[in-house]
Amino acid sequence: MKKYEVDVAIIGGGSAGLAAAIVVKKAELNALILERDKELGGITLQCIHNGFGLHEFEEELTGPEYVQRFINQAKDLNIPYKLDTMVIEITSEKIIYAVNKKEGLIEIKSKAIILAMGCRERTRGAINIPGFRPAGIYTAGQAQRFVNIEGYLPGRTYVILGSGDIGMIMARRLTWEGCQVKAVVEIQPYVSGLIRNEVQCLEDYGIPLITSYTVTKIHGKERVQGVTISKVDRNFDRVIGSDKFIECDTLLLSVGLIPENELTREAGAEISHMGGPVVDNNLETTIEGIFACGNVLQVHDLADLVTVEAKRAGLNAVEYVKERSRKKIKEKEQIICVPGENVNYIKPDLINRADTTKDIIFTFRVKRPDRRLLIQFKDENNKVIFKRKRRYVIPSEMIELKINLSEQQIDPECKNLEVEVIPRPEVLIEED
Amino acid sequence: MIYDVIIIGGGVTGCCIARTLSKYDLNICLLEKEAEVASGTTKANSGVIHAGYAAQREYVKRYLCIKGNKLYTQAAKELNFPFKRIGSFVVALEDNQIEHLEEERKKGTEDGIPGLEVILDKKKIKEMEPNLTDEVVGVLHAPTAGLASPYELTFALAENAAMNGVKFFRNHEVVKIKHQDYIFNIRTYKGEFQTRNLINAAGLYAERISRMLGLDYFSIMPRKGEYILFDRNAFQLNKILFPIPTKVSKGILVCPTLHGNTFVGPNAQNLSDREDVSTTTAGLKEILEGGMKLVPGIPARSSIRNFAGLRAVPDTYDFIIDNTDIYGFINVAGILSPGLTATFAIAEKVVEFLELLGVELKVKDNYNPIRPKPERFKDFTKDELDQKIQEDPTWGRIICRCETIPEKEIINAIHAPVGANTVDGVKFRCRPGMGRCQGGFCRPRVIEILSRELNKSYEEITKSGEDTNIIIAKTKDFLLKNERGGARGE
Repeated sequence: MKKYEVDVAIIGGGSAGLAAAIVVKKAELNALILERDKELGGITLQCIHNGFGLHEFEEELTGPEYVQRFINQAKDLNIPYKLDTMVIEITSEKIIYAVNKKEGLIEIKSKAIILAMGCRERTRGAINIPGFRPAGIYTAGQAQRFVNIEGYLPGRTYVILGSGDIGMIMARRLTWEGCQVKAVVEIQPYVSGLIRNEVQCLEDYGIPLITSYTVTKIHGKERVQGVTISKVDRNFDRVIGSDKFIECDTLLLSVGLIPENELTREAGAEISHMGGPVVDNNLETTIEGIFACGNVLQVHDLADLVTVEAKRAGLNAVEYVKERSRKKIKEKEQIICVPGENVNYIKPDLINRADTTKDIIFTFRVKRPDRRLLIQFKDENNKVIFKRKRRYVIPSEMIELKINLSEQQIDPECKNLEVEVIPRPEVLIEED
Repeated sequence: MIYDVIIIGGGVTGCCIARTLSKYDLNICLLEKEAEVASGTTKANSGVIHAGYAAQREYVKRYLCIKGNKLYTQAAKELNFPFKRIGSFVVALEDNQIEHLEEERKKGTEDGIPGLEVILDKKKIKEMEPNLTDEVVGVLHAPTAGLASPYELTFALAENAAMNGVKFFRNHEVVKIKHQDYIFNIRTYKGEFQTRNLINAAGLYAERISRMLGLDYFSIMPRKGEYILFDRNAFQLNKILFPIPTKVSKGILVCPTLHGNTFVGPNAQNLSDREDVSTTTAGLKEILEGGMKLVPGIPARSSIRNFAGLRAVPDTYDFIIDNTDIYGFINVAGILSPGLTATFAIAEKVVEFLELLGVELKVKDNYNPIRPKPERFKDFTKDELDQKIQEDPTWGRIICRCETIPEKEIINAIHAPVGANTVDGVKFRCRPGMGRCQGGFCRPRVIEILSRELNKSYEEITKSGEDTNIIIAKTKDFLLKNERGGARGE
């Protein structure tokens, strides 16, 4: 068995892993990237549409162009990486076992680990669509790989279930390939991806977006021959008599993404209800020295935001290896962050009390769209610590806030911090 | 060439008969209409090896089940398919149901089922199965009940039969049979076959095959059963949980699988369409609610797949295993539950019938009952794994991330006797695509491997046989078409 020792091992060589590795290497620590695919770049490689890089480079780039900049940088810095390498186990002592064709089984002892494995798509099974199980049902990302990387078409006429970003982008992409997209069907009363994608991918091509509808039956024994869509009520129950049949040979699913945390779970780290690991304000999981960033932590709407988060994880891992790991902090004192009214989740899940004097970056998503709102952070005694007005919120846009809790006069004994997004009282609306 | 025996149907019954007969010096072939064996009723089966108390005493299936259960121990050793006796509970939720449990125990014990026990101690029950509802008042524990993977068993049977000389013809749907001068002429879309003895194990289509020879003394009705499969992380059971049975079926069970998942199902719905394996909103709701009676709070969110299978229900409600009026034609039809359990006993019965027909049954000198265990990445220790990858690097390329399946296991599945030739065939043999991502990542790579190993183009690779192509065309092919018309150039 080949054995290695590194300062920081980075699992995943996509946008998150690359950005984190670059930060680590620049701090003059040893980094090693483990990538399961045959090239660096991750899922961004198949995202050949534009819209990347506006924050990071102030330029509009395609996905491969964006990630190539990081690949080049990593190569210039001589950051070692292993391709076609699958991590099969991470231990809580930060030993990694991986396999690849060239070296067989590899053991990597690391001082810190950065998890950057990304996410996977929800499938038909997860949403339990009844009907037959013929050929012709794909997740949007799978179709994207077939078309953009492999050069094959999975079908000719499509219905896309779910108005996630990949689904809408694929609607446009397939139209360019001469395919017909009959409709994008969304169970929610609103589009679930970014508004810019709704405009640029659907409206511009006359592809109908049918909201408050879902696929209730898949037809066709060998190959998909069509789907039945039905209107749903507020509880997502089917409205009787609203069934419509749409003929198609392919059904694409764009019904959500799930952080990919099997390794994290097996290592013994705590996982939050949205599927990402529980992290503190340093993006450190419940296992000391193991950090998480990118879509493995929370699903981001923009690759640029992944980059920012990954850099933070990289810096924190560096700090851990250089300082903290030596002076072992005793039992950490932590404040627990809890999602409140109309908040789906919040990161970080925990705040180290010692860090309340620093700026802390909070990211969260709402459960449903709303207008004229107040974002409030309050402690367990209902004392409001921080509030900010917001004109509108939608689930597809991640909200980011940078707050210094000491400056906001947080009670030093505070145990819980609840975040809520609530309608703004009339008085405040008038100030608008 | 005239075969000694032809078997129609490559489900567990047909393959088990093929394997059992492969011991003898006979020329045998098996005809299957689908692209893979285990494609019909076998595929969507609960996989429960019943103890045998459930069927009534007037049915032959009761005795074949009890006998078949015992035969599994030896068979699992020889064929190396996943099998485990984990024991089952029939769960009584009301006091007046205890009597039923006692009666089953008494009759079952009389008929030779070992270890049956009625447990009324709630604490003990909950210790044995902590997920069980608090409403439980008693259970019938059958320790010999177990789980087998029905399709992996069938692949093992087919493989071992093929090793011992049985020929398998897949994609061979039988369309016509003529019986003349003690020879059966069997026509399929792909060619003609001749045999002296014909065994009908065509499952849902057994009635149709029988009628081709003018025998219409039974009919087969498809009865649908729907299932929901849950992620490994959702919950784990120790025991197979049955409710108190109804007249039509054993009811909706909550059951572990040998791969660490859990499923609920099946319900029972009579149909006329023999191909209708669609799931329904109402059905999925029914089984989830049914399952919750035994295990409250099943997390519906953790479901990874729903599916349905069709049972071949005969109008007699019992197995039809007959030496028919047509000399040399044996019907093995209506093999509904507990058909999987009984399968080895059924095959022995067929051997008896062939003996009665005067077929000479001489054991082959070179018969090998052992089907080697497929090598699995997950079974290796770290050092073995390292060694394996050095010997063959394809052990080190992981194709399926959810189930950790390397390229080598897929190559082995394709090149095994009666090996995989479709994406589903690969999936059912070695599990890529069975996990929580349901093939999201690995499907393109499985297609690539199938295409390379079978020397076919991407477009020719199918999900499960004819008309189930996964890829329709290359991108930009519409430009090439336009080129002819001169509309668009480069």
